[in-house]
Amino acid sequence: MKIHEYQAKHILHQFGIPIPRGHSCFSVDEAVAAAKKLGGSTWVVKAQIHAGGRGKGGGVKIARSLDEVKQFAGKILGMTLVTPQTGSQGQVVRRLLIEQGLDIRKEFYIGLVVDRGRRRVCLMASAEGGMDIEQVAADHPEKIHKVYIDPEAGLTATEAEDITNRMGFSGAAVAETTALLQNLYRAYDSTDASLVEINPLILTGENRVVALDAKMNFDDNALFRHPDIADLRDLDEEDAAEIEASRYGLSYISLDGNIGCLVNGAGLAMATMDIIKFYGGNPANFLDVGGGATTEKVTEAFKLMLRNPRLQAILINIFGGIMKCDVIAEGVVTAAREVRLNVPLVVRLEGTNAEIGKKILTESGLAIISAANMANAAEKAVTAAASAASAAWAAMPATGS
Amino acid sequence: MSILIDRNTRIMTQGITGKTGQFHTRMCRDYAYGKECFVAGVNPKKGGEDFDGIPIFGTVEEAKQATGATVSVIYVPPPFAAAAIDEAVDAELDLVICITEGIPVRDMIRTCHRMEGRKTRLVGPNCPGIITPAEIKIGIMPGYIHRKGRVGVVSRSGTLTYEAVAQLMEQGLGQSTCIGIGGDPVNGLRHLDVMKLFNEDDETEAVLMVGEIGGTDEEDCARWVKENMRKPVVGYIAGLTAPPGRRMGHAGAVISGGRGTAQEKLAVLEECGIKVARNPAEMGKVLKSALN
Repeated sequence: MKIHEYQAKHILHQFGIPIPRGHSCFSVDEAVAAAKKLGGSTWVVKAQIHAGGRGKGGGVKIARSLDEVKQFAGKILGMTLVTPQTGSQGQVVRRLLIEQGLDIRKEFYIGLVVDRGRRRVCLMASAEGGMDIEQVAADHPEKIHKVYIDPEAGLTATEAEDITNRMGFSGAAVAETTALLQNLYRAYDSTDASLVEINPLILTGENRVVALDAKMNFDDNALFRHPDIADLRDLDEEDAAEIEASRYGLSYISLDGNIGCLVNGAGLAMATMDIIKFYGGNPANFLDVGGGATTEKVTEAFKLMLRNPRLQAILINIFGGIMKCDVIAEGVVTAAREVRLNVPLVVRLEGTNAEIGKKILTESGLAIISAANMANAAEKAVTAAASAASAAWAAMPATGS
Repeated sequence: MSILIDRNTRIMTQGITGKTGQFHTRMCRDYAYGKECFVAGVNPKKGGEDFDGIPIFGTVEEAKQATGATVSVIYVPPPFAAAAIDEAVDAELDLVICITEGIPVRDMIRTCHRMEGRKTRLVGPNCPGIITPAEIKIGIMPGYIHRKGRVGVVSRSGTLTYEAVAQLMEQGLGQSTCIGIGGDPVNGLRHLDVMKLFNEDDETEAVLMVGEIGGTDEEDCARWVKENMRKPVVGYIAGLTAPPGRRMGHAGAVISGGRGTAQEKLAVLEECGIKVARNPAEMGKVLKSALN
């Protein structure tokens, strides 16, 4: 799960990480009031969306007067911010963070993430802050300093100090940064985070270290023990179809193709998307119905896919194991009737009771295209989608004179 | 021969009294030599009782002492599953197969850390389990789709593994052992560990490796295969069409920071001389061609 910058900063502050003074706002008036409350003569107006790269898209502005705060807040709130991470459709800005302006002497990078190979959390730090860290990692891996943290000992003072020194800190800032790193790991570990990034961490003119930006993601599987964090979920930042899917225990991801997929199992669902592409089509979604595909689940899955205006065909690919194909077939027939399915439906059933399942589909009288195997199913779905698309094209009223 | 498990394996089920544990213990017991293999259950509150005639013990240690079981399978719910693995490791079992999906990564990091230098091997979590056809099945896969044979299968998925097995069967190829290593980012045995076992197994003639996006398990395994493997290996990687940054159902199936893509994995596999099935419907066919 992702959260906003201001929420991440709030959590980090509770763990003793220095952050700029600031307030989250939902309107221009709130933004101006926040700036007044902060005082000073410089403020930063920051768009709060989950995607990174906000500065590049014009979502972060320095204001040197209250008028400018008002002007920038008005411009950013409600804008559709397009960043390298939002995709071309962008994301609407609904929240702002107004912060005091700080005197930046130097920028650093700190990140915590799981290293799968070593089965440990890895602390990454670099003096190349403020930049795209993936680029630094690719071009100058020697500029990124790493510690793989022992889960029992935590990040030790010795390890933290060593990293601090390698980042180039000196004087009083060493002790401050060492403590910050240890606190940051504590924050990561005790909240079941899956990613913490401070980019940049800054050294101010007064020789203080401050987390100027902050990003935190959390392990979905651990949210059951962090209800306070689960409450920070912002549904405005998520795809409507995906939110709906999660309500029914369906694992769904929207894609930009026109062939909907309904599959049991994540690996098989990915393979189904891949084979559609292999035969020249484009998947409209990833959808894993999981181990218990009841009629209700299949019905909801159909409804989700049918919301997509681009949808031209649906491919169901089921390998029945414990989940029996006849039960799935009953579910498909009932669901197809209930939602009055109006796109071609290709079904491939394999495994437990596949023959009974196929018979149920045939006898239903519904226009279901049965497929013998995965390749056959993909080919049929691609053909069906293409002819549905051309039929729609032919049916369109002529434009022009 | 086979790897990790055979008809002489003795197993205890941790979480035998839950709905999933009950259902799958019955299915496993009904498969081939299952009746002799599944000898104990564990539930801290139900020691002294039994499930369908299988005695239940309060701890893994007691179950091991009383029945000689050296392998455990875990169906315990996610909040308690890592502790169940820890208990099996502390009792020095040979092998633990954790089926449970949804264990927090933080728990698995601690459990894997505790396992360092210990004798216990872990398969999973979030996996279908292991089957040595016609002998024993430990896990949730449908037993009847398999047949004894000479192809080893290792995979990060569930139903995609069944699909792979069905494709092998269509080519008339049975399996020595099929292992689902699970779809989590932090897990026990990896492709590489299983590949080494298959390399040493006399009855395995070739291996089908079914991978997916995320991490570098497949690449690490491929590099080892290039230098050490004495048998043909065929690979498939799911997720060529997966968008970056999104978790594709499995907690571990995610392209992060541009790394872990299927394209990248396929390139390394091919560089290392592994025959690759680009079409997921041709895993069986490509394996067959690698045998000739």
